[in-house]
Amino acid sequence: MRIAEKFKQLKAKKEGALIAYICAGDPTPEATKEYVTALVRGGADIIELGMPFSDPVADGPTIQAGIQRALDGGMTPDIYFRTISSLKLHIPLIVMTYYNLIFKRGLDKFVKDCAASGISGIIVPDLPPEESDDLLQICRKNEVDLIFLVAPTTTESRMKRILAEGTGFIYLVARLGVTGARADVAVSTGELIKRVNTPTPKAVGFGISTGYQAAEIIRAGADGVIVGSAFVNIIESRKNVPQRLEALARELKEGAARG
Amino acid sequence: MRQELTSTKFGKYGGQFVPEILMPALVELTEYYEKYKDDAVFNEELDHYLKDFAGRPSPLYFARNLSREYGVKIYLKREDLIHGGAHKLNNTLGQGLLAKYMGKKRIIAETGAGQHGTACAMAGATFGIPTEVYMGAKDTVRQRMNVYRMELMGTKVIPVKSGSQTLKDAINEAMRDWVANVETTHYMIGSVVGPHPFPTMVRDFQSVIGKEVRLQIMEKEGRFPDSIVACTGGGSNAMGIFHPFVEEDVDLFAVEAGGSDMKTTDKEALHSATLCKGEDGILHGMRTKVLQNKYGQILESSSIAAGLDYAGVGPELAYLADIGRLKPCYSMDSEALDAFHDLCRLEGIIPALESSHAVAYVKKAAASGELGDIVVINISGRGDKDLETVMGMRK
Ligand SMILES: Cc1ncc(COP(=O)(O)O)c(C=O)c1O
Repeated sequence: MRIAEKFKQLKAKKEGALIAYICAGDPTPEATKEYVTALVRGGADIIELGMPFSDPVADGPTIQAGIQRALDGGMTPDIYFRTISSLKLHIPLIVMTYYNLIFKRGLDKFVKDCAASGISGIIVPDLPPEESDDLLQICRKNEVDLIFLVAPTTTESRMKRILAEGTGFIYLVARLGVTGARADVAVSTGELIKRVNTPTPKAVGFGISTGYQAAEIIRAGADGVIVGSAFVNIIESRKNVPQRLEALARELKEGAARG
Repeated sequence: MRQELTSTKFGKYGGQFVPEILMPALVELTEYYEKYKDDAVFNEELDHYLKDFAGRPSPLYFARNLSREYGVKIYLKREDLIHGGAHKLNNTLGQGLLAKYMGKKRIIAETGAGQHGTACAMAGATFGIPTEVYMGAKDTVRQRMNVYRMELMGTKVIPVKSGSQTLKDAINEAMRDWVANVETTHYMIGSVVGPHPFPTMVRDFQSVIGKEVRLQIMEKEGRFPDSIVACTGGGSNAMGIFHPFVEEDVDLFAVEAGGSDMKTTDKEALHSATLCKGEDGILHGMRTKVLQNKYGQILESSSIAAGLDYAGVGPELAYLADIGRLKPCYSMDSEALDAFHDLCRLEGIIPALESSHAVAYVKKAAASGELGDIVVINISGRGDKDLETVMGMRK
């Protein structure tokens, strides 16, 4: 399913979207399938699956540890695409990874593998628009969305360019820093949501962990929330993981729907 | 061949592969660097620090005994005599002064051997800017004297326990810190690596080495050398001495660390010879040669010299290697150790293990005639920091 279509459905229902991130292969490919199913049961609208890279500079300690568990568990891009193909989801699926894995596989092959395995969007945290022309062209050809990030530091001129090029949704980085669960909502988040003026859906990530935060962010004008570290924390605990993933997804989705 | 600042690339290498949060900071840094690099007041102040604080110019020393032993006329560029014991201070004084002009309240850095961290601590103290240095936990053990030196000068050393606990992980952690504190903090990168403008800026600050050599060798020999040999980790001492000669008829040799073996597995390289064995990739904000496996996962690298132990290399070196302007080569751990002892015994100079790789290559290559008649070796640092390592090897 295309991302735009999902957001259209949600808009008709006046619901904010829950985009749930976990790292594929954390701690095994089989576990990932089970966890994704639990997240969908809990109400996740879009699943974002990290493809683990050895040097994840945009990620905080929680997701770094998840990535390390996945790599230790033997996850590779080949196994990643195989795992994804067997998922058969009825909601959009997004791959999040660092540029070297895409570059090394070959841009064309990577995007074709995405399309073939049912992935409808790509997020690359270390690929700003300045370096993304090649990947963007290939994504367009294969009808896969390349999702760009904007941050509180993004200047007006760069913002224009990003909004013109991004498809699927625009990923708003809620605060300066790396990924990681927080209890509050940064003041800069509301300001950023107001600054991002576009018909493309806006989803806010970095630091969201509760239904209360989710509701607040949707109320501030976002179309979706992206939650990662809070889920990965549950995986790390190894206790009742599927049940707790589902429960947290439900809390977050209720927040997003109410907001 | 001259690199304009407005371009972020060297051929296909370089660029700015960083999180969106950092892009405005790179733009700001580029603007400030362009504004001040030819500014008379800035350069006068920098020259003052380079001369009276760092002790520049460093001598170009004719190594008579080593020349006799190796069979080629050898000059040593004595960066080991610079304050702090390595070339690293040239860069940190430049960036530190720029950070001061930019009004930055805090400096962060990564360090491998601890030499760059030490140079940051010195610059931080001089310019009165609080400084924090990320260092791989493994490196804090093998270079503990440098940790203590940094702490003495008021710098906070933060051990990095993620990944391979060496330089590449320290860079990751410094970049994460920068992402969180970009508005107040200057990231003082320690080599000609990272996103634009760092590779260009660090090269320019280090070029003082090569500029001095031009004058010094003319005075002593009335001509340029046939070849220049420098060890290469990230490549800053190499680019610093090479850059002013790139358009001259002088052969340039970038000597990488061959480690214990030139082999790689799926997870690690037993060497750090990135130009020799790496493949195109993206690491730490730049496209360059990278030691990686078939999927693009970065390998753990290895070397007896902590300062060479890095899976990437500066993009300009990758470019110059591709077009054939410099020759990538390597020395093994054991060869570097041999050369280390040669320089100690024959010249009364204790070189850094990093620099010993350059000396070792001259020892190997002199006989073939490849180096010509006159060679300049960049002695990028002194070996006091390595004495424990060397003592450990003798046991
Ligand atoms: C003495 C010395 N030489 C060389 C290096 C390698 O760095 P670069 O290749 O940037 O000169 C280091 C790095 O710490 C060093 O301390």
